Amino acid sequence: MAHDHHDHDHAHGQEPPSDMALRVRALESLLVEKGLVDPAALDAIVDHYEHKVGPRNGARVVAKAWTDPAFKARLRADATEAIADLGYMGRQGEHMVAVENTPDVHNLVVCTLCSCYPWPVLGLPPVWYKSSAYRSRAVIDPRGVLKDFGTELPEEVEVRVWDSTAEVRYLVIPERPAGTEHLDEAALAALVTRDGMIGTARL
Amino acid sequence: MNGVHDLGGMQGFGPVVPEPEGSPFHHTWEGRVHAMTVASPTRANIDAGRHERELIPPAAYLGMSYYERWFASLSSLLLKHGLVTPEEMARGAADPAAPRHTPRLPAERVEATLTARGSYVRDNPTPPLFQPGDGVRARNLNPAGHTRLPRYVRGRAGTIERLHGAHVLPDSHAHGAGEEPRPLYTVRFTARELWGEAASPRDSVALNLWEPYLERA
Repeated sequence: MAHDHHDHDHAHGQEPPSDMALRVRALESLLVEKGLVDPAALDAIVDHYEHKVGPRNGARVVAKAWTDPAFKARLRADATEAIADLGYMGRQGEHMVAVENTPDVHNLVVCTLCSCYPWPVLGLPPVWYKSSAYRSRAVIDPRGVLKDFGTELPEEVEVRVWDSTAEVRYLVIPERPAGTEHLDEAALAALVTRDGMIGTARL
Repeated sequence: MNGVHDLGGMQGFGPVVPEPEGSPFHHTWEGRVHAMTVASPTRANIDAGRHERELIPPAAYLGMSYYERWFASLSSLLLKHGLVTPEEMARGAADPAAPRHTPRLPAERVEATLTARGSYVRDNPTPPLFQPGDGVRARNLNPAGHTRLPRYVRGRAGTIERLHGAHVLPDSHAHGAGEEPRPLYTVRFTARELWGEAASPRDSVALNLWEPYLERA
């Protein structure tokens, strides 16, 4: 929930609402008055993106790919279908592609032109994914970007950057960490991070 | 358009600042802007929405947060479509004489709509010009309108890796000129082709590019 920041823009009576909060509230009230949006629909949309989608969905896809070779083969062949079988589909996940990290290949996903991101499996993107710094540098200096995340890639590892310029969305399948043979799917999913599925981190 | 949104390969924006997993919204109003954009009648054309953000003047664009851009583009699209008048926007209240609309997305349809399986693939009887393995060059196009051909690949040679079928062409669709489906490819460029000899000889960048963006190399 968005309660841990200084700029509270709901009625707490301690800080005045920000200029943006006031402008957004005014627009919402106008659109509701004109019948252009349903305020309950706005609540439901916020709830969907705060609670129903997020990187735990993608983590489940990754853990299943690690433990079920048949699923992994389907994921590589047609990620949209394989991911839909787990119940994840919809806006900004219409055409999914899964790319797999190996000891020799590391994948990194970006959208240089805007903020394209696989919402059904990762939720909405973090601020840095939408930032000018990431969008500009991921394609020209991917190894430097990884260093910002504390990840130093050996020279001999090939970096493949995927710039999401169309409606195709990418999910990185990170390498399964060593020493996890005894873990079941749920325990493995808990090891999978959002940044690992974007490619800015290794697990 | 050669806008400031086309950031790939630019330098000087500083380090990327990681952020822990958590709520996607950092202020309550950001969630409302996101929801209004998704629920608005203007959302029917996602390419037009992207182009509207590209039309934000460069200095303002760079100075805005992500959801400030969404708010600006939603406001301007509502005005362009005549769904809201400038007077109503200034007053923050509806013209009493204006007709009342019916929301495009009622609350009871939100879950089904957000999780509905959509597709940008369309029928196109013309066979694709290129096949995986073909050498291509991104054309040196500089349209004044919307395009998804970033500057950093224009004029550069790459290899077709995959065909995705015929997808809605944003260059046309964003301007209300029809979906004009064209073959969409994954095209891989070596880092050295894009950035010169100082780049890693192993690394590469892959983009999704429509056939009209490409010529045979």
